[in-house]
Amino acid sequence: MDTTAAIFAVAVFVPVAASLAAILLKPWPRLQTALGAGGAITGAAAGLYCAVRALFLPAPETWNSPWSMPLGSLSMSMDALSALFLIPLFVLFGLGALYAVEYLRPVPRERNAAIPWFYYNTLGVSMALVVVAANGLLFLVAWEIMSLSSFACVLHNHEEEGSREAAWIYLIATHIGAAFLLIFFLVAGAGVGSLDFASIAHHAFSPALRGLLFAIGLAGFGSKAGFVPFHVWLPKAHPAAPSHVSALMSGIMIKMGIYGILRSITLLGHVQAWWGFSLIAIGSVSGILGVLLALGQHDLKRLLAYHSVENVGIIALGLGAGVLGVSYGIPQLAFLGFCGGLLHVVNHAFFKGLLFLGAGSVIHATGTADIDALGGVIRKMPLTAAGFLAGSVAICGLPPLNGFVSEFLVYAAAIKGIGAHNGPVFAICALSIASLALIGGLAVACFTKAFGTVFLGEPRTAAAAHGEAGPWMVIPLFVLAAFCGIIGLAFWKLVPVFAQPVCILTSLPKADIVSELSTFAPSLRGIAIGCVLFLACTGAVYLLRKGLLHKRTVGASPTWDCGYTVPGPRMQYTASSFAQPIVLFFRHVLGPVQTKHMPASTFPKGWSFRSHVPDLLLDNVYTPVFRLAGGMLSKLRWLQGGKTQAYVLYIAMTLIALLVWNFVWPR
Amino acid sequence: MATLSLSTALSPTLALACAPLLTGIIAKTKAFFAGRKGPPLLQAYSDILKLLRKGAVYSTTTSWVFRAGPVVSLGALLACCLLMPFGALGAVLSFSGDILLFVYLLAVVRFFTVIAALDTGSPFEGMGASREVFFSALVEPVFLVCLLALSGPAQSFCFQDAIGKGAQISLVPALLAGFALVVVMLAENARLPVDDPATHLELTMIHEVMVLDHGGPDFAFITYGASLKLWLFGLIAVRAFLPLHAASVWIDVLCTSAGMVVIGIVIGTIESVTARLRLLRVPQLLAGAAALALLALLAQQGALP
Repeated sequence: MDTTAAIFAVAVFVPVAASLAAILLKPWPRLQTALGAGGAITGAAAGLYCAVRALFLPAPETWNSPWSMPLGSLSMSMDALSALFLIPLFVLFGLGALYAVEYLRPVPRERNAAIPWFYYNTLGVSMALVVVAANGLLFLVAWEIMSLSSFACVLHNHEEEGSREAAWIYLIATHIGAAFLLIFFLVAGAGVGSLDFASIAHHAFSPALRGLLFAIGLAGFGSKAGFVPFHVWLPKAHPAAPSHVSALMSGIMIKMGIYGILRSITLLGHVQAWWGFSLIAIGSVSGILGVLLALGQHDLKRLLAYHSVENVGIIALGLGAGVLGVSYGIPQLAFLGFCGGLLHVVNHAFFKGLLFLGAGSVIHATGTADIDALGGVIRKMPLTAAGFLAGSVAICGLPPLNGFVSEFLVYAAAIKGIGAHNGPVFAICALSIASLALIGGLAVACFTKAFGTVFLGEPRTAAAAHGEAGPWMVIPLFVLAAFCGIIGLAFWKLVPVFAQPVCILTSLPKADIVSELSTFAPSLRGIAIGCVLFLACTGAVYLLRKGLLHKRTVGASPTWDCGYTVPGPRMQYTASSFAQPIVLFFRHVLGPVQTKHMPASTFPKGWSFRSHVPDLLLDNVYTPVFRLAGGMLSKLRWLQGGKTQAYVLYIAMTLIALLVWNFVWPR
Repeated sequence: MATLSLSTALSPTLALACAPLLTGIIAKTKAFFAGRKGPPLLQAYSDILKLLRKGAVYSTTTSWVFRAGPVVSLGALLACCLLMPFGALGAVLSFSGDILLFVYLLAVVRFFTVIAALDTGSPFEGMGASREVFFSALVEPVFLVCLLALSGPAQSFCFQDAIGKGAQISLVPALLAGFALVVVMLAENARLPVDDPATHLELTMIHEVMVLDHGGPDFAFITYGASLKLWLFGLIAVRAFLPLHAASVWIDVLCTSAGMVVIGIVIGTIESVTARLRLLRVPQLLAGAAALALLALLAQQGALP
């Protein structure tokens, strides 16, 4: 046990220490990069070892030590649920570091090359701490470090106005979320008298308080997870951050919100049915709205960010079904729902990491993230294109990759719910199935658009004709694609791994979970056989085609353009025109804005057309509310005059006030 | 249970052998309504064989994605055939949830057809692809809810129990789902009133325009794949209307085969007597189908009198 603790300490301290040391070595940027990346990769390897080990332990591994903070203790625990989050975390953390070695080059001379590494490594480590923290205060501290380090990562290009705005919105959003979490732990801890998770879990809350706590937790953790309506920071923050950070933020950090919800379910004990209903409802709305908003985007990374909203929606659909299964006592529903949701957490980390890294390579090579300015990138970047294609197939939930398996499980859960002979469960599960199907169809639309416009066809601008990324930026893509393939084809072998985490979530005996698992095993094996048959059929058709074309004339000619004589790249369908029918069909939800200057008169002087899909919630709700709040709070600005003496005075006054309070009302 | 049995190889063999015949029946029916003689019943076979004997010409814009499109699509459709029972004849691969694999394999077909179309850089193919993904996204929930209603009582979401020998659905939900499935079939297979397979104007096409640049064996794969897809959807619709429990497997197979002929004639008739809908009207048609599907699901649950 002590050796594991030591190895985990390596995972936590080495990345931070190495990058801290690197900051002092400004004259040698290569050494700084080596230290930053080396630290991250060492930490990731050590952490991965601990996490994989913890996955198979029957009892959680706990480490306790006292802490001088009131109500705080350095108590950590790594159970199978934490391990399930830690594995993709460390995989993506290590691969992202590998990728960033090349991605962050060249470093401008006036910059310190180690600073981005410090923030990145701190972000990775703090998320690991969030997952293992077993004390409310430690959890909040780790949470705050995570938020602040990711804020600093978003500010990477702080010279740009857009970047600063994005970071600002992110900072506000994350702190509103953190405020809810503070309330959550204060209210939970007040009844218990301790913030240790073990004591909270043993405390019997009244049903009303349990419900209240869940609602507060859902708001706080949901804002990190990016559920609608708390999603507005994602499409701002993800595009502004460097791509390896976006991958980590989208792949793992938003899952910390999911982890929080799951952990609070285990802490609060007996789940209530309405938690499941609200999770499924939120999941449907987030899923559909996320993919619709993604369809309207022109910026590749913004599009991917909205897809994260969609995917946390799918995760919520699974978890909601799981909660319903527990509260109505349907073990199979509970198992399938939680298993699907958890697997989608892992899967989304892999394919979204892959997509963000692929998008980063394209942006790195071409200098633009505007989908409509790209095109034909596959010719210069064939490897990146192949990786991005694998990610697109996976995120659309298509066989034989991993996205299909997790969506299959979520579907299977909803189908079980349909047959539960319970009116409300039937209704919400039917909603879940219809939403999943619609999300699936729209995701195909969105990713054929993204992949097709960026990588295929002719380059739309000169920027699109640049070369392939280097090996350090390609290898992580293929490693992640391999994970997607392995989970897709071999999940029926991997599924026992999920028994223990589901056991923790449902508080069902492990034997029950294992028996549910064995009744479901044939389906999972069936999927694997079906996928192998699909691959075999494809291979056979490929060989047939190869044989048929052998020794025949295979010519080349321009694309058929229906007789038009001067085809050009600008004639191609753009991403905006591709998505236009869907965006117009859902115009009441999306509120697309079109600015047209049509040719007029006999000799038109010029014309233009722009289309844009705004985030209605941001523009119509958040912006006015925050502008109002900002206006009112500016009246308090005199408090913050920038004079150190005044601040010292505030501190002194607070101390005196506290002393007086203690004197007047002694405990 | 996941069963992989070769004695059931008859259902995919029938699909592989007879799928182009269904297009022949449709063409004959349309010719009858137009007062023409029409192409021979086996014309589709000759077309496919002719294409298979040709070389190929590829656009200079295209990459390997364009070449992979037809191959992956046909591969996925062949796998779909392995999942589909023919009446009481079982499927090669059958397990609880195989319907989902089927639906998502069809999404693979769509994904690869669309990216192959976008690979040409042609605005026409982009247009077709855009419409295809739009309509399919709306069709997918309808299709799944229909299948859910059909597979209802068994809760297995398995073709065997939905439309195969284990089918035990009652008449009303079956009929409701059947009508919705006919709409789904027309929309997914580029038939009237959603898409006109016989049009000659690229601007108005959906499916045909996406495959404008394919030729030779690739186009043979696409044509054959399209007939397979129509066969599979037709089979689902036929079985929804035929929730029968025949005494013998062979009577069942005979009835289903007759049903396939009838569905060919029905499609031909629909194509002869309806005009194509404006593209903006198609979602309304699909909304109607969605309502039917939902009613079918409710009826199957016993929520309707």
